[in-house]
Amino acid sequence: MFYREAGQFKATYRADQQILPIRQDRLFMAAVLVFAFLVVPLIATPYVFQALLIPFLIYALAAIGVNLLVGYCGQISLGSAAFMAVGAYSAYNLVVRVPELNFLIVLALSGIAAAAVGMVFGVPSLRIKGLYLAVATLAAQFFMDWLFARVRWFTNYASSGSVSTMPVNLFGFTFESPPEKYLLVLAIVVVMTLLAKNLVRSHIGRAWMAIRDMDVAAEVIGIRPVYAKLTAFAVSSFFLGVAGALWGFVHLGSWEPAAFNLNLSLRLLFMVIIGGMGSILGSFFGAAFIWFLPIFLNQVPAALGVPLATTTVSHLELMIFGALIVFFLIAEPHGLARLWAIGKEKLRLWPFPH
Amino acid sequence: MYRKSKMSWLGAAVLAAALAPMGASAQQKDAGAKEQFFPVLSYRTGAYGPNGTPWANGHVDYLKLINSRDGGINGVKITWEECEFGYDTARGVECYERLKGKGPTGATVFQPLSTGVTFAMTEKAPVDKIPVITSGYGRADSVDGTVFKWNFPLAGTYWSAADILVQHVAKKEGGADKLKGKKIALVYHDSPYGKEPIALLQERAKMHGFELVLLPVTHPGVEQKATWLQIRQQRPDYVFLWGWGVMNSTAIKEAVATGYPRDKMYGGWWAGAEQDVVPAGDGAKGYNALAFQAGAGRVRVHEEILKNVHAKGQGTGKEDEVGQVLYNRGMIHAMLAVEGVRQAQKRYGNKPLTGEQVRWGLENLQIDGPALKRLGVEGFLTPLTTTCVDHEGSRKARIHQWDGQKWVYTTDFIEADMQIIKPMIANSAKQYAQEKKIPVRDCAKELQGS
Repeated sequence: MFYREAGQFKATYRADQQILPIRQDRLFMAAVLVFAFLVVPLIATPYVFQALLIPFLIYALAAIGVNLLVGYCGQISLGSAAFMAVGAYSAYNLVVRVPELNFLIVLALSGIAAAAVGMVFGVPSLRIKGLYLAVATLAAQFFMDWLFARVRWFTNYASSGSVSTMPVNLFGFTFESPPEKYLLVLAIVVVMTLLAKNLVRSHIGRAWMAIRDMDVAAEVIGIRPVYAKLTAFAVSSFFLGVAGALWGFVHLGSWEPAAFNLNLSLRLLFMVIIGGMGSILGSFFGAAFIWFLPIFLNQVPAALGVPLATTTVSHLELMIFGALIVFFLIAEPHGLARLWAIGKEKLRLWPFPH
Repeated sequence: MYRKSKMSWLGAAVLAAALAPMGASAQQKDAGAKEQFFPVLSYRTGAYGPNGTPWANGHVDYLKLINSRDGGINGVKITWEECEFGYDTARGVECYERLKGKGPTGATVFQPLSTGVTFAMTEKAPVDKIPVITSGYGRADSVDGTVFKWNFPLAGTYWSAADILVQHVAKKEGGADKLKGKKIALVYHDSPYGKEPIALLQERAKMHGFELVLLPVTHPGVEQKATWLQIRQQRPDYVFLWGWGVMNSTAIKEAVATGYPRDKMYGGWWAGAEQDVVPAGDGAKGYNALAFQAGAGRVRVHEEILKNVHAKGQGTGKEDEVGQVLYNRGMIHAMLAVEGVRQAQKRYGNKPLTGEQVRWGLENLQIDGPALKRLGVEGFLTPLTTTCVDHEGSRKARIHQWDGQKWVYTTDFIEADMQIIKPMIANSAKQYAQEKKIPVRDCAKELQGS
């Protein structure tokens, strides 16, 4: 009833090709942004910022990175956390060794460093596909784990091999309180999401999708696999690198190589699969599902006043979480983003479906 | 294709994200209640669950004891909440954020029992003004209270631990000069936890001229075949084991398989519990480890826990667990935190205290002979005195050996040599302060001011 595009005519290609062609979507999006930028900082508690929103946003950014590679270009990667680690340690080294550098430049440079490493580890994708590639990208994971644990230059010769950072300082302003950190991360995530969205709508994104759907056919119609696959690895790693730098600097503040272990790679891959492969929005859904749901489940018994032992609660959390993953994947194998799209279709006909 | 643009819904996720948890985190602050809130970060699940569980049981049992026997700390009742984080740093940080604001005065003190979470908290605690006790773990250089104002590695750091082990081995060889040309292998958990002692061992190796062989084991440590192959080739005179959880029992089993004598193996104090040796069966006989303050065994405080907590059916774990190594450690950790509050109450009054006030108490701990007697732990703990400069307070440990049934002490208390450790701490803390651009406290001046 409310969600119908009747009467909205597109007179130009420009209008037809905008990201949000339906007016209701544009209004909704604007409302969401206003809410996220203006209302949330006023009403959320430090817990919501530090423990929920900031990690969620960074996870979402990383999931977008993984989605570009896995969902859009079809190259399965199990080394995502390694590229986050490259970003985090690059940022750390840049800040320690060149302290006068602007943090935004640090972020960009650490993204670029991750992109370079990503391209190197993307080279096997030119020869091998599918599960074999997944195993090859594992090499990235193990190599980076080893590198940052062993080569002490990267951690500035810290005795325990873990590094710690200073609060982010930008144009003389220090981001220290939770709302400030949140707004910083939110702004970066919004800009980069827009970048990702436009990238997948452009010729590069189409080349990725062509490679994903059938690489031989893509080659026949003139898409260079080398170019498409390596750009996918580079862009994906860039996003992961920035996410890693934010994870280290804004969320943890201090970390060890194990913060970016295989577990995180798998978690990011699950986010993409559950959220929706080949969907930017799905990355956000997946990140929310994987990060919020366990915490939510963990707090339900206490909130309802059910006295349960901590062990029982955490076992229940794992069981219900696992069951829900299975449920959602059976209900909609294309992920939460697809469920959302179906909901939107239904909404157009509501309340009189035919 | 673009009519169903998914971009528009991107924000929806952010919205949902923002809305969903707000209700859950609304924390009511009961300003009137006479309660002191202790957050308990625990891991009863996951790879390290078998070791995390007895620690958490001992910790919570002691808090229960204070409430049921004394009615709280000088009349201020203890409340606590456990938050399970499964040894996962990200979830540990979430737990920290969840618990830090609870209770009438916020969290009293955090004890994460995970070096990874300790590092993350070291960044957050000064901002939130909550002290962090890392008794027997964490950063060794945080002993320096002039830089690490909020960290309290009470009663022992890894540098102290490693130093004590070297001293013991030297004594066994018949003097430190006999260590020359010897070979000591450190089999360590490849994480900040396992790497922490390396700096000290390298220093000692330089001093005495023994060779240090570093053998890292990746988490969780069930795969050590390659490590022990190297030990077989290199034939070190001693093996120091710096593991946690399943890594320890695996190492002992591998030592059996390799034929490396167990009595030449020395564990750190996180590699010397029943959970580490029992799975290895008879092969563990003769294995040595450091006992952090007290190892296994029951003294008066245990009887009181049994009488006031377990006999009333309120025990956190099983009764036969009371007195095990890790149970005792959890209990001691809780005891130190409670004593910190007690000390702070002397200055600020018998009321719920803020983290900042408790920090003062922890920095001025005076656990002397009579205090140990009052606590029911004489002969079990060593006296401990903290100052602004020294946040460790006591650095003694014994070696105990597994005789197949139980842990038996084989030495008296050995004290770490501060002449070696102190300059290392000063150096490392100075580097940290410079890197982070944090001001160094002037203890002499503060003393005058207070």
